[in-house]
Amino acid sequence: MTDLSLIRNFSIIAHIDHGKSTLADRLIQATGGLTAREMSEQVLDNMDIERERGITIKAQTVRLNYTAKDGQTYELNLMDTPGHVDFAYEVSRSLAACEGALLVVDAAQGVEAQTLANVYQSIEHDHEIVPVINKIDLPAAEPEKVRHEIEDIIGIDASEAVLTSAKSGIGIEDVLEALVAKIPPPKGDRAAPLKAMLVDSWYDPYLGVVILVRVIDGVIKKGLQVKFMQGGTEHLIDRVGAHTPRRIDLPEIGPGEIGFITAQIKEVEQARVGDTITTVKQGATQALPGYKEVQPVVFCGLFPVDAADFEKLRESIAKLRLNDASFSYEMESSAALGFGFRCGFLGLLHLEIIQERLSREYDLDLITTAPSVVYRIQLRASRTDDAREILLHNPADYPDPSRIESIEEPWIKATIYTPDEYLGPILKLCQDRRGIQRELTYVGGRAQVVYELPLNEVVFDFYDRLKSISRGYASFDYEQIGLREGDLVKMNILVNNEPVDALSLIVHRSVAEARGRGMCERLKDLIPRHLFKIPIQAAIGGKVIARETIAALRKDVTAKCYGGDITRKKKLLEKQKKGKARMREYGNVSIPQEAFIAALRMGEE
Amino acid sequence: MARALYIHWPFCARKCPYCDFNSHVRASVDHAAWQQALTADMRHEAERAGGETLESVFFGGGTPSLMPPALVEALLTEAERLWGFAADIEITLEANPSSVEAERFAGIAAAGVNRVSLGLQALDDQALKFLGRLHNAAEGLAALKTAQGVFERVNADLIYARPSQTEEDWRAELSRALDLGTGHLSLYQLTIEPGTRFATDVRIGAFAPLADDPAADLFVLTRELTAAAGLPAYEISNHARPGEESRHNLAYWRYQDYVGIGPGAHGRRGGRATVRHKKPENWLSAVAEHGHGVAEERVLARPEQASEALLMGLRLAEGVDLAELRTRFGIAANGLIDRERLCFHASLRLVREEGSRIAITDAGMPLLDALLGELVAGDLVTA
Repeated sequence: MTDLSLIRNFSIIAHIDHGKSTLADRLIQATGGLTAREMSEQVLDNMDIERERGITIKAQTVRLNYTAKDGQTYELNLMDTPGHVDFAYEVSRSLAACEGALLVVDAAQGVEAQTLANVYQSIEHDHEIVPVINKIDLPAAEPEKVRHEIEDIIGIDASEAVLTSAKSGIGIEDVLEALVAKIPPPKGDRAAPLKAMLVDSWYDPYLGVVILVRVIDGVIKKGLQVKFMQGGTEHLIDRVGAHTPRRIDLPEIGPGEIGFITAQIKEVEQARVGDTITTVKQGATQALPGYKEVQPVVFCGLFPVDAADFEKLRESIAKLRLNDASFSYEMESSAALGFGFRCGFLGLLHLEIIQERLSREYDLDLITTAPSVVYRIQLRASRTDDAREILLHNPADYPDPSRIESIEEPWIKATIYTPDEYLGPILKLCQDRRGIQRELTYVGGRAQVVYELPLNEVVFDFYDRLKSISRGYASFDYEQIGLREGDLVKMNILVNNEPVDALSLIVHRSVAEARGRGMCERLKDLIPRHLFKIPIQAAIGGKVIARETIAALRKDVTAKCYGGDITRKKKLLEKQKKGKARMREYGNVSIPQEAFIAALRMGEE
Repeated sequence: MARALYIHWPFCARKCPYCDFNSHVRASVDHAAWQQALTADMRHEAERAGGETLESVFFGGGTPSLMPPALVEALLTEAERLWGFAADIEITLEANPSSVEAERFAGIAAAGVNRVSLGLQALDDQALKFLGRLHNAAEGLAALKTAQGVFERVNADLIYARPSQTEEDWRAELSRALDLGTGHLSLYQLTIEPGTRFATDVRIGAFAPLADDPAADLFVLTRELTAAAGLPAYEISNHARPGEESRHNLAYWRYQDYVGIGPGAHGRRGGRATVRHKKPENWLSAVAEHGHGVAEERVLARPEQASEALLMGLRLAEGVDLAELRTRFGIAANGLIDRERLCFHASLRLVREEGSRIAITDAGMPLLDALLGELVAGDLVTA
């Protein structure tokens, strides 16, 4: 075990592209964790999706041994935390495992909203923040300006900020020295009953579920019989170790240390983030604070394009779920789309990640229905039923309106940070989405706006729109702030007079007409002309609020069939039949699969 | 066994910008070699598809009116020797209405041809120029007059739905064509085929084809005018005075066997599809080497035959008789046609059902390709 005074546990806070992964790589290299040859570009972000999007999805740690200028060898545990609001709870647990953080800010770009949110979270955990101004060798670098920004916006002393260029290897030693000097060592009692926090867990095909832990008090060893205090299960520890970043086995993990354990656990669901691990005998009596059960907030239907792939989809979802207990799924059937699953996610990014992994890793062609949030509905008593409360995940399950006493929808507090030239259109976007402005502050050429917004106005394309109107400069961060009552109605889309369940959605009455008109217009372009004219209507209950008509096809014929050559005509017929297989039949209308999502894109408003 | 013989003559004086048929321009053609090769190709087929007298022969191309009458006569003589000719045999030859070719009409008629299909294409000079034709309107009309004096039956081809052609334009042109007194008119909408010069022109924006909706209007107008003049449509693009229909083409559309010889010709005999080498030189050397020009001969499974019969038969106003197809291919009516889609489209009046017969209505005809996708049973296509 390592003496508490020689341990430093820290995370790195940075906006996407500000150089977190590169800096982490340099620290690993400088402390001899891996030789330059062993480093594939960026060790920490393991999944393809993480690399491509520059975000971290699963927490990871690296243990580095650093011999400082004072001659002592320190154990530095670098905690790589998930970097997106969808995983805010996981982030909070990772931060709780550390005593400090490196705040990495791009010397050219300055402080971003995402960074700000994470810094505040870190400060809430009483972390010591060590500012690092990175990319100082860029032509556009303005380290002094950024230093002031850190002091003005974040309100921490940046006079001793470390200047680095992780890419060129400048200032790496200074970062390590600052870590040792400024971040306080952890506290803990080796003799006390075991208390270890479950920071994260993932499924490894060889080891089963691997659990990342931070020991608070006591010692974790192989052969120990432990109890998960929240999950209520008991397990035998069969392996204890750390990543350097190579996996190494250790005899034990002592107080203040971070490492991993395995205990023959088959499903990550049994190893919940934030749980407290203690011994079965003479264990701790009180669990660590801060544990939460994560609840999915965004739901959508996932259906196979080819109905024959349903079983494959079921298996693939089950496999993904092995490694990600935070999404939920249950079978769903749609008149238009056949059998599929209603899945719940922590947020939109989480949804996209799961969807992308299903199509990439499991080679599935999917139709995704409109994302929906969870509504809480109070039902009045009817002749046969008592008054009760229901949670609505799927617009298709919307109850008889006459029984609805009230509907509540989730709201968020969104923080948007943008160069002020884009402020106008951003404010308009927030207003259009029923936002309530709470704050508006200027710092230099930048503005920070805080809006309260209904989550259902954000789930679909808010982020895309924000990025497009700000040319990618605006950043966006949000937290949930609870449920509020709203005048919400179910809008049906009728194609050829039949409601299409996969296109129905719940909207606020004030925006229903605009939304309905938009959807009808887009469907008019998305659905090919048929042999008959097709009315497309948006309706609330029996009342049509928008209508478009797709004119009937007038000409589709091969004029000349010459010299007994039938081959081409036959190919045409085959192509036609194949094209139809990628469509969904609805009231005699074939709807192309991409239409289900494209219809919802709100485009320029 | 086959009662229809198609002979392909692949040469043209010039390639037309809209044409994607198997036609080629050559500086000179060795007629003796071609006579020998076509005769050999014919004999090959007669050995496999003989036994019944021929009811029709069709010289297509290319430009068969460029064939020396003696060659036409030699081929017909051979065909008659191999199969025998029915008393009322229809022998058609496609001809260009140039003054040079018109001079040969008498010789061609003397060789045995009794029906000519004249590529008039348009009745005004500007349109003919656009279509890349070598004749002008006056020359075309003169050639038609000559043909009407020489041949028992005459068909004229016209291409309409040309870029920016209006209803009035076409009404006037078609009325004039109907006044010419031919018993048969083939009226094709201009289509832009891949690989043609027109396809390039459209791609680079030299002209835009007529949009589908106005083209559909012209299609309706065409049916009205021809019906009123006593030459109703009996196929998508073919109009005839009753009894004047092309018996040879009906053999294709009714999916009867037909022999096809010469470069690129297609044939159907006894459930087999034959395709001949497309390029004239390749076809010639194939015949020299193997005694025939067949490039591919393939057995068609019954479902595939049935799908072909439907594709072809539903082009005709008379439609198809599902009971007859069942007898021919051993596939029950509900295995041929998607009954549910049939009822739906019958309710839209795009198709009609009379006893065991189904036919596309006038309203459905311009939508035939889409309708086939709906009506033909899925099992026939994937089979």
